[in-house]
Amino acid sequence: MKRLILILIIMLSLGLLSACADSGASGEKTTRVVVAGSTSVKPYVDILMEEYRFLYPHNSVSVQGGGSSAGVRAVRSGIAEIGMLSRALTADEQDLWSVEIALDGLAIIIHPDNLVNNLTIEQVRGIYTRSITNWSEVGGHDAKIHIISREEGSGTRSAFQDLVMADEFISQRAVVQNSNGAVRQLVSGNRDTIGFISLGLAEHQPGMRDVKALMLDGVAPTQENVLNGSYGLYRAFLFISAQEPTGAVRHFIDYILSDSGQEILMVEGLISVSGRISE
Amino acid sequence: MKKKFWKKFRDRLSGRIFFILALSTISALVVITVFIFVSGMPLIAEVGLFSFIFGMNWSPSQGQFGILPMIVGTVSVTLGAALIGIPVGICCSIFMAEFAPAKMQVIFRPAIQLLAGIPSVVYGFWGMIFIVPAISSNLGGLGMSILAGSIILGIMILPTIISISEVSIIALPRHYKEGALALGMTHWQTILRVQLPAAKSGIVAGVILGIGRAVGETMVVIMVLGNAVAMPESILDSVRTLTTNIGLEMGYASGAHQQALFATGIVLFVIIMILNITAQYITRKKVKK
Amino acid sequence: MNVNSRTAEKIAKGFIWVIALTVIAVLIFIIAFILYRGLSVINWEFLTSVPRRSGRIGGIASPIVGTLSVTVLAVMIAMPFGVGTAFYLAEYTRGGIVTRIIRFCTESLAGIPSIIYGLFGFIFFVDVLGLDWSILSGGLTVAIMILPTLIRTSEEAIRSVPKTYREVSYSLGGTKWQTIRKAVVPSAIRGISNGLILSVGRCVAETAALIMTAGDELVMPRSVMDSSRTMAVHFYTLVMEGLSERNAYGTAAVLIILVFLINVVANAMINRFVAKGR
Repeated sequence: MKRLILILIIMLSLGLLSACADSGASGEKTTRVVVAGSTSVKPYVDILMEEYRFLYPHNSVSVQGGGSSAGVRAVRSGIAEIGMLSRALTADEQDLWSVEIALDGLAIIIHPDNLVNNLTIEQVRGIYTRSITNWSEVGGHDAKIHIISREEGSGTRSAFQDLVMADEFISQRAVVQNSNGAVRQLVSGNRDTIGFISLGLAEHQPGMRDVKALMLDGVAPTQENVLNGSYGLYRAFLFISAQEPTGAVRHFIDYILSDSGQEILMVEGLISVSGRISE
Repeated sequence: MKKKFWKKFRDRLSGRIFFILALSTISALVVITVFIFVSGMPLIAEVGLFSFIFGMNWSPSQGQFGILPMIVGTVSVTLGAALIGIPVGICCSIFMAEFAPAKMQVIFRPAIQLLAGIPSVVYGFWGMIFIVPAISSNLGGLGMSILAGSIILGIMILPTIISISEVSIIALPRHYKEGALALGMTHWQTILRVQLPAAKSGIVAGVILGIGRAVGETMVVIMVLGNAVAMPESILDSVRTLTTNIGLEMGYASGAHQQALFATGIVLFVIIMILNITAQYITRKKVKK
Repeated sequence: MNVNSRTAEKIAKGFIWVIALTVIAVLIFIIAFILYRGLSVINWEFLTSVPRRSGRIGGIASPIVGTLSVTVLAVMIAMPFGVGTAFYLAEYTRGGIVTRIIRFCTESLAGIPSIIYGLFGFIFFVDVLGLDWSILSGGLTVAIMILPTLIRTSEEAIRSVPKTYREVSYSLGGTKWQTIRKAVVPSAIRGISNGLILSVGRCVAETAALIMTAGDELVMPRSVMDSSRTMAVHFYTLVMEGLSERNAYGTAAVLIILVFLINVVANAMINRFVAKGR
């Protein structure tokens, strides 16, 4: 028995060593592009990646999550070639190269059974500062409003803060969830809640309960309304890099900005950009 | 002669090896401790220890770093979990060690081990689907609350408490129990007055590990607590614990915000240290008696 | 024996039975619920194909491989250090200040949330050592994370071996090493392996630390230097990003079955070991 365990351990460690050596050798032959960062952007890039791998099977690209800031750190230290950001660059990140890959609308969502269909920006702000605390105050049923927000630092939250809250702040009593999915799940299960998520995820999804996306000042949250400028709640998804990308990295970014790449993102609910490159 | 030499050599060698293993383990743990402190201290120094710990406002984007509501959150959820988990856990370990028929033990023990291995995210998911809606529809509110967190953590720490306590009851020398029974004590009296006190160090270890798990648990509480940063007013309010604060915001934090999260880690570390000192003090005091 | 103590005995016994049965019922319910919803999802294709479209469709082959390799790696690294340290603490030191400091350190670290280990792992293994997001980085990080639990449980098991065992061995002229090997290990092995199973459980279950170190890659890993998502991470992502409830249940069911299998195999191995040791 003991000998068996010993043999097993030796075999495993040999296997590990050879695996290490193996990957070390193959690592020199192909350049591996690592994309890392925002968990909001990742699902979309995952989908792009499948297509990209199919089209260019020899280019090795790997996608990692971890959050926007992890993406910045990874790009700075060279672990990743591309960072994904769902927020704007902060003051001390201005030296990084960046490009918008898509726009993402922000939908204010409520339970489908809630009678409210339309809110003004002021009403939404009032709800999130808790100066409006009952649904009946905005034309709904008589119940306390449960507000759901995202965590500090999240791109979705900072977009909401900038676009809706202006110089006021989200109440500390707000329930905080750390993903679009969790907010959606919570809102779809409770009639008294309100939340905000990525526009693409507010639509019907197979196997999931529905949520209702509210009209803002009478404008429905749709891709067209974002594009024609009548629906103002959206933010940009960024790709960043330590310097102007070349080679395999450039190839991947070009693919995403190409018509077929943008087409995939549109189908998934994002809004296409025409490849505005900022320095 | 030669044989004796080898015997001695092996004895010495094994001692050295154990020492080296212990040393490297400890240095790894020390490095992590130092890492946490070095990363978090600058912020505490800048904000001030007092206003960091007793501050009521957590709003990193406005430069406000107060974690008192989260300390209250951690303490209340842990206390709730302990109130559920400790008595139930000890009862179960007594059951397994003393009362359970052999056939039931065969089922119970693997079941407990299995539960210890189930990922916490699965417990969290189960809580999201059952406990949270149940609280919401019976007691009102959103359901994401101290109560929900306490119930799920209470269940989650059971396997740890049960398996460690049970081992330490079973490991007691036979004559403890036999002697007590021979003196005319009932089975229950024996358990209460002889076996439990004798197995105390193991049980306390299990409880501390369990509570440690409750304090340190991140994913489950993110899923069921609601994570509001305000000071809770009742057990039906949503709270945020120290761990959730780190878990929620670390991925997107940078600069001072990130330091503040490490500083939260330091506070967590200190709380757990206080917990340990108390536990060690209690055990030692009772041993002296 | 008077009437009072006999009634107390009955009440206490009944009380404990009720609690134990309730706990069993709750535990069975949790497991049964996940299996009920998840088993219908599991089929050969689910187990052998890689996730597609972020896990909305496709299977979980690569997360399974990721989970197994991270766990095996972490336990293999942590076991000698953890158990060795426990023996050192329990057998070679006499409750001095050093022991107390070490114990203090391990117990405090047992409560530190895994995300901090994850961050440490990210900065140290992924970045400084240049191991990138990989199964190796994840395994090393989780190995450090499970050390406190491993040390504490093993030490407790070693300490609970009655002193008389050791005294008998010494009085027969045994050295310290012989005493440990022949007298202490056989009776402590059950407790130690309990700790090991707990640790394996933590590895399989770990989410936060692994997202930051083993990464988030859905493609099948080819070596320990490749990044891979583990099942727990995959499950968490599916649930929290609202990608697919169906696949989430399937993943959870596979996880539970895996933990079950690990326990069965571990128990079988322990029993053989114990039987041989005696």
